[in-house]
Amino acid sequence: MTSAPSEGAAARAAGAGGATGAHTAAYESRTALTGTAPREAREAILDVRDLVKHYPLTQGVVIKRQVGAVKAVDGVSFELRRGETLGIVGESGCGKSTVAKLVTSLEAPTSGSIRFKGEDVTRLSGRALKAVRRNIQMVFQDPYTSLNPRMTVGDIVGEPFDIHPEVAPKGERRRAVRELLDVVGLDPEYVNRYPHQFSGGQRQRIGIARGLALRPEIIVADEPVSALDVSVQAQVVNLMERLQDEFDLSYIFIAHDLSVVRHISDRVGVMYLGKLVETGTESEIYEHPTHPYTQALLSAVPVPDPGAEAGRARIVLEGDVPSPANPPSGCRFRTRCWKADERCAREEPPLRIPDGAGGGAGSGGEGADGPGRGTAGNAARHPSACHYAEEKARIVPD
Amino acid sequence: MTSPSQAAIAGAETPGPDGAGLNSEPVDGDKAATDQLGRSPGQLMWMRFKRDRTGVISAFVVLIMFAIAALAPVISWLYGKDPWTRYGQIRPGLLNDNAYPVKPNGGMDSEFWFGLEPGLGRDVLTQLVYGMRTSLSLAVVITILSVVLAIVIGVAGGYLGGKPDYFLGRLTDLMMSFPNQLFFVAFTPVIGALLVSPQDEMPTWLRACVLIFVMWLLGWMTLARLLRGQVLTLREREFIEAAKVAGTPPWRIIRKELLPNLVTPILVQSTYMLPNFVTGVAGLSFLGVGMQGSTPDWGRMFATGAEVYQSDITYMIFPGVAMVIFIVAFNLLGDSVRDAFDPKSGR
Repeated sequence: MTSAPSEGAAARAAGAGGATGAHTAAYESRTALTGTAPREAREAILDVRDLVKHYPLTQGVVIKRQVGAVKAVDGVSFELRRGETLGIVGESGCGKSTVAKLVTSLEAPTSGSIRFKGEDVTRLSGRALKAVRRNIQMVFQDPYTSLNPRMTVGDIVGEPFDIHPEVAPKGERRRAVRELLDVVGLDPEYVNRYPHQFSGGQRQRIGIARGLALRPEIIVADEPVSALDVSVQAQVVNLMERLQDEFDLSYIFIAHDLSVVRHISDRVGVMYLGKLVETGTESEIYEHPTHPYTQALLSAVPVPDPGAEAGRARIVLEGDVPSPANPPSGCRFRTRCWKADERCAREEPPLRIPDGAGGGAGSGGEGADGPGRGTAGNAARHPSACHYAEEKARIVPD
Repeated sequence: MTSPSQAAIAGAETPGPDGAGLNSEPVDGDKAATDQLGRSPGQLMWMRFKRDRTGVISAFVVLIMFAIAALAPVISWLYGKDPWTRYGQIRPGLLNDNAYPVKPNGGMDSEFWFGLEPGLGRDVLTQLVYGMRTSLSLAVVITILSVVLAIVIGVAGGYLGGKPDYFLGRLTDLMMSFPNQLFFVAFTPVIGALLVSPQDEMPTWLRACVLIFVMWLLGWMTLARLLRGQVLTLREREFIEAAKVAGTPPWRIIRKELLPNLVTPILVQSTYMLPNFVTGVAGLSFLGVGMQGSTPDWGRMFATGAEVYQSDITYMIFPGVAMVIFIVAFNLLGDSVRDAFDPKSGR
């Protein structure tokens, strides 16, 4: 286990010279790792604590005074372990993309810390920030605006090398760019083409190649497939999974498509109105959700089987998401929650493993679900920000 | 741990085996063979422009006009006349007692192709080509200066945002609120008086500089506003964020990411600006605040022409037709350039 970082570093160092060699080296070190250590036991390379981002609301034309703040992200904590994929889901406007911008230092947080390998990124500036940025790269949502239309593919993918010349020396750049294109499944002969000559999926591959150029350890993907056709989505997601194995990458994968997130993620965080309401492994969240919001979200996932679709109970939430400028007191979900009572308005539920979770809470009527539910108690033991967190039967039909 | 439902969901997202779509994508295979190089947006624009017949013809006309203006001394030398000699006064028989050309049509003949100027008796052809040279060079200098200032102010305002944007925006508004023709007429003599004592004759180069200065001062705002708007939209594009994530310094973002994307509006707008400045300079000369004295000038030919048109309409025609052709051709060129850059915007 202790050898993990040094191996990764060696692969990275070698990667600066001969990429193909490094790929295999990285791949080997990766397979060696998975052989010895399960994913859960790996060290966290990114530790986000109490991240807050408020956008001030001002009034007045010349003399501005602050009249409030849009609480886009309001106390989000999570950690990302080496080689894992953390999926973040939530509806539009819940702060997912702001989290991505904060993690990639595109925006400065109002408070909170983002520790990359123990170093607080939010306090860095200048050269030190540049060095950390190299390791946290991003893949963007819209492949049609994320590539500069006036640059060739070679220039786009190779641009990071101009800013970080230590990654690829001048003479190596052309070759490095061609290798990157090859890695993402594009013909290296396309280096001199322009983005408008490519389809959406190909453009997203170019974007991924650019994200890989600096050999980062973390890639933040902000809805990388939501602008693509479904068939192309699958290709891109599979490509990202392959690259993760090849380069030992950690992903923060942001999406609002629950099934895509489930497909790629090891752990999932559900966001609502600037807060994480539930976190857990992919199976904990998808099969044993305890937060009412997660349950409602999952009940809305289309099921490709008409029989099962007709038979399941759908939770329809009422009302709209409250304004993040003026969130409800206590639990933020209480305005739309069927379990809400005065306690929810009074005290804010912390994100922690619920007390009653496990065999006790989930019993009663749900006991009738059969012997398979016996393991459900343990699976429900994951952090959930609800006073009345408990499993609900048959959200997604088995 | 894979439940049937999970498999179903995953299956819906993954139509084929991993390898199928991954490595060799069928990327317009037939086209790939023919143009492996890829065409830049600039090359595409050039291809579209070449297909636009109006644009090509106007471009030729404009180029010929510029060539004539630039080659004015050569033309004068080949033709054997110059714009300063008062042929009509030196040689008897060219002008009558009222100082109008003796021959019909403004004195056109095989020697003076475009005739003679009433009064001073100078050669019209050389006056016109030298006058075009003066006007066009002034207009080109003003256009370049205005474009540079507009880029600086527009990009700075749009990219920095906040307070700088606010103040630059108000400055632009303030400058736009000046009525420019009035401002030119009022301020050109004032600035001249500030620099040169009233007794002295103002040197030609200084007069040119004053003209350039006042026109420049009020010439940059439209483009600056346009560029600010463009930068505001470009700034939100993800490729700017991508550059920031890589740690690109702001100056490099402006140079490498923003400016190449601003070439289109800059080029289109400057093809509209230049003819405007040509007419502007001519207008000032017409009103008597432009170029003075013996310097041949397009605008002043109109002024003379306006004085004599009742007796000698021919003198008005040559500078007039030349200017109309130039302005129309340049504006049509501007339209074609815009269409070539942005084929989606219909007329």
